[in-house]
Amino acid sequence: MTAAPRAAAPASGTVLQIKGLVKEYAAGKPVLKGIDVAVPAEGITAIIGPSGTGKSTLIRCINRLVEPTSGSITLHGAELTGLRGRELRLARRRIGMVFQEYNLVERLTVMENVLSGRLGYVPLWRAWLRKYPEEDIQRAFMLLDAVGLPEHATRRADALSGGQRQRVGIARALMQRPEILLADEPTSSLDPRTAVEVLELLTRLTAAEGVPVIINIHNVDLAKRYARRIIGMSGGSVIFDGPPEELEQHHLRAIYGGEDWL
Amino acid sequence: MNSITHDPVAPLRREWQRHTPAQRISRWLVWLVCVAAVVWAIRSIDIIPEFLADAPEQMGDMLLRMWPPDLSHYYPEVHNALIETLHIATLGTVFCFVLAVPLALLAARNICTIRPLNALAQLGLVASRSVNSLVWALLFVAIFGPGAAAGVFAIAFRSVGFVGKLLAEALEETNPGPREALRAAGAPWGAEMLKGVWPQVQPAFWGIALFRWDINVRESAVLGLVGAGGIGLVLDDAINFFQWERVSTVLLAILAVVLLAEIVVTRIRARLI
Amino acid sequence: MSATTSQTRRLAFAPNWAMRAALLVLAAYTIWASSRLGLTWDRVAHGMGEGGRLLARMVPPNFERWQLLLEGMLESLQIAVLASAIGILISLPLGVLAARNLSPIWVAGPVRAVIAVCRSLHYVIVAILFVKAIGFGALAGTAALVVASVGFIAKLFAEAIEEISMKQVEAIRATGANVMKVLAYAVVPQVSSRFIGFCLYQLDSNLRNSTLVGIVGAGGIGGTLFAAFKRFDYDFVAAILLAIIALIFLAEIISGRVRAALR
Repeated sequence: MTAAPRAAAPASGTVLQIKGLVKEYAAGKPVLKGIDVAVPAEGITAIIGPSGTGKSTLIRCINRLVEPTSGSITLHGAELTGLRGRELRLARRRIGMVFQEYNLVERLTVMENVLSGRLGYVPLWRAWLRKYPEEDIQRAFMLLDAVGLPEHATRRADALSGGQRQRVGIARALMQRPEILLADEPTSSLDPRTAVEVLELLTRLTAAEGVPVIINIHNVDLAKRYARRIIGMSGGSVIFDGPPEELEQHHLRAIYGGEDWL
Repeated sequence: MNSITHDPVAPLRREWQRHTPAQRISRWLVWLVCVAAVVWAIRSIDIIPEFLADAPEQMGDMLLRMWPPDLSHYYPEVHNALIETLHIATLGTVFCFVLAVPLALLAARNICTIRPLNALAQLGLVASRSVNSLVWALLFVAIFGPGAAAGVFAIAFRSVGFVGKLLAEALEETNPGPREALRAAGAPWGAEMLKGVWPQVQPAFWGIALFRWDINVRESAVLGLVGAGGIGLVLDDAINFFQWERVSTVLLAILAVVLLAEIVVTRIRARLI
Repeated sequence: MSATTSQTRRLAFAPNWAMRAALLVLAAYTIWASSRLGLTWDRVAHGMGEGGRLLARMVPPNFERWQLLLEGMLESLQIAVLASAIGILISLPLGVLAARNLSPIWVAGPVRAVIAVCRSLHYVIVAILFVKAIGFGALAGTAALVVASVGFIAKLFAEAIEEISMKQVEAIRATGANVMKVLAYAVVPQVSSRFIGFCLYQLDSNLRNSTLVGIVGAGGIGGTLFAAFKRFDYDFVAAILLAIIALIFLAEIISGRVRAALR
């Protein structure tokens, strides 16, 4: 596995550092009010919080699908904000992403969707003609085996069920050999059982590849079960930041407000 | 890292290609046909290379001559021709219904149940559609002599096929319920049509009429090129005398009218629906 | 409606006065405009007689000069094929540039304006301008139909692209793909089948129009037709018209088949 060189990096270190991150969609109305987070180089970091609190915006600021207003984001010490053009694309290919609604290209086959994770690496002609290097194709097959879809390579993505699509989404993200994986509500569109299966898979595969994960998640129980670290957000600010064991009722009350739901 | 490479032998040397061999062959065939058609067209078309080489220059030259448009030329000549064009389009649309409505009634299989008549009406509609309005104009210029009358008939005959087809489709989509009720009450055929069918097709009818009028405004602008009246005549004169500032005036006038017609139609349709 | 009883009388059918007034105005207009354009009953009656004589001279259609006919038809076909190919090639990038979800507004705006101008001018007018600028022949006709094709399909392309799901685009962007790769993986798969439909439709209408541009000297069978009209060779006119109608029919059937096969 070529994940090996990165595994040499200090396991206890910080892979992603966010400092003073502010995002305003409309001037004067910040969605993110100065976020400071350090993401460890191992395991799953879960972001929990009520809907509309800016979790998704935070994740999208990291790979710049959303443009942050101010603040700093560094990946392995390299600044991500302010990157443009080619440099931004080179940074993006180091960051995998899994989406809430899978965002597979519906009319392409499963294999093409998985291989599209290599788009940041292969030259244009290979991408257009689907002439990927043999190594990439073999890895794509291995990933499809790993996510449990070995027979689906030539099926079209829109023929798959939700759980299957998210598995393809995970394979696509890992195909990038990312240094970090962003997961934006990866289980919210799935039924409870499939959600657990997908999370299980995500945890297992990212651990095997040594890829740290930042995950937005609604379900606090799942977050506690799979994450090594939990970040609680409310109203655009970080309210809790610590291991799951330390997350207590009064924290949840502060994060979600009220207590009827508990 | 073992969980991914858990089965070290099976995944080795697996092949993946985007298409099955049959798909690849058929895709290549389609491309081959397309490329062959284009190559054939390029090789055998009668284009003089010198013309092609200085075409951009000539076009630029012409556009330069057109600027600025001679707006003083607009009134009265261009203006009157423009009004005549609008009359041709409107009258042509009105007259086309004289033929289109009976043909549509005959062509709609739920209105006229005699199959040979259906086919005959369809044939008439198709014939009208497949002859272009300029060709119709040539025919009517031969019949009526040059002038707006030929234009009106050309527009009307060209529109019959279009309007008749859409109208027949609208008729075939009507709900038979109201008609049956009227027939059961002993209503004569005319009343059945007027009270049972007409209310159902009325919105489609006006929509089709407006749609066609919009097209007819565009089409009637060129009829003058073959002598069938309207602004095309003025355009033809200006071009033949190389009065390029006048040409651009006429073109601007046509553009304005076409855009205006489109806006008017969209407005009216929004109010009708 | 007689207004003998009071205003509160109930009516079985509410009269639509606005509609009746509009119909009345339309009728009055028809009569007035007809007289203005010199469309009198005498003239129509006279024309009917002329029309009968014309029809009589058209049958039987005269296919003696079939070589001339075939030559013209082939040239029309060439014009249609070339104009479609070039028009599609130009429309592909223009359609992307005109799509407001992929291009910045300062690019999409001007491109849309260019497309709108191409669409507003009737192709015969464009053909006349090209004939005057670059001379008689198939080149002018091809150029005119290229302009018409761009006006039509570039707009449809742009509209189709504006309807795609941006989520798929976002996902491909997130892999670090550049613009061309995003087009290849996130845009083209979503629009390709519709694009092919538009292209077939355009080929079809270019074929119709290419039989016509010859009337203004831009090549193809139209020139032969116009010449036959001017020489009062009405039996040859009939032959040409039949050939054109047959060609259009054939094209319609073929493109209908292909479109059905694609679905």
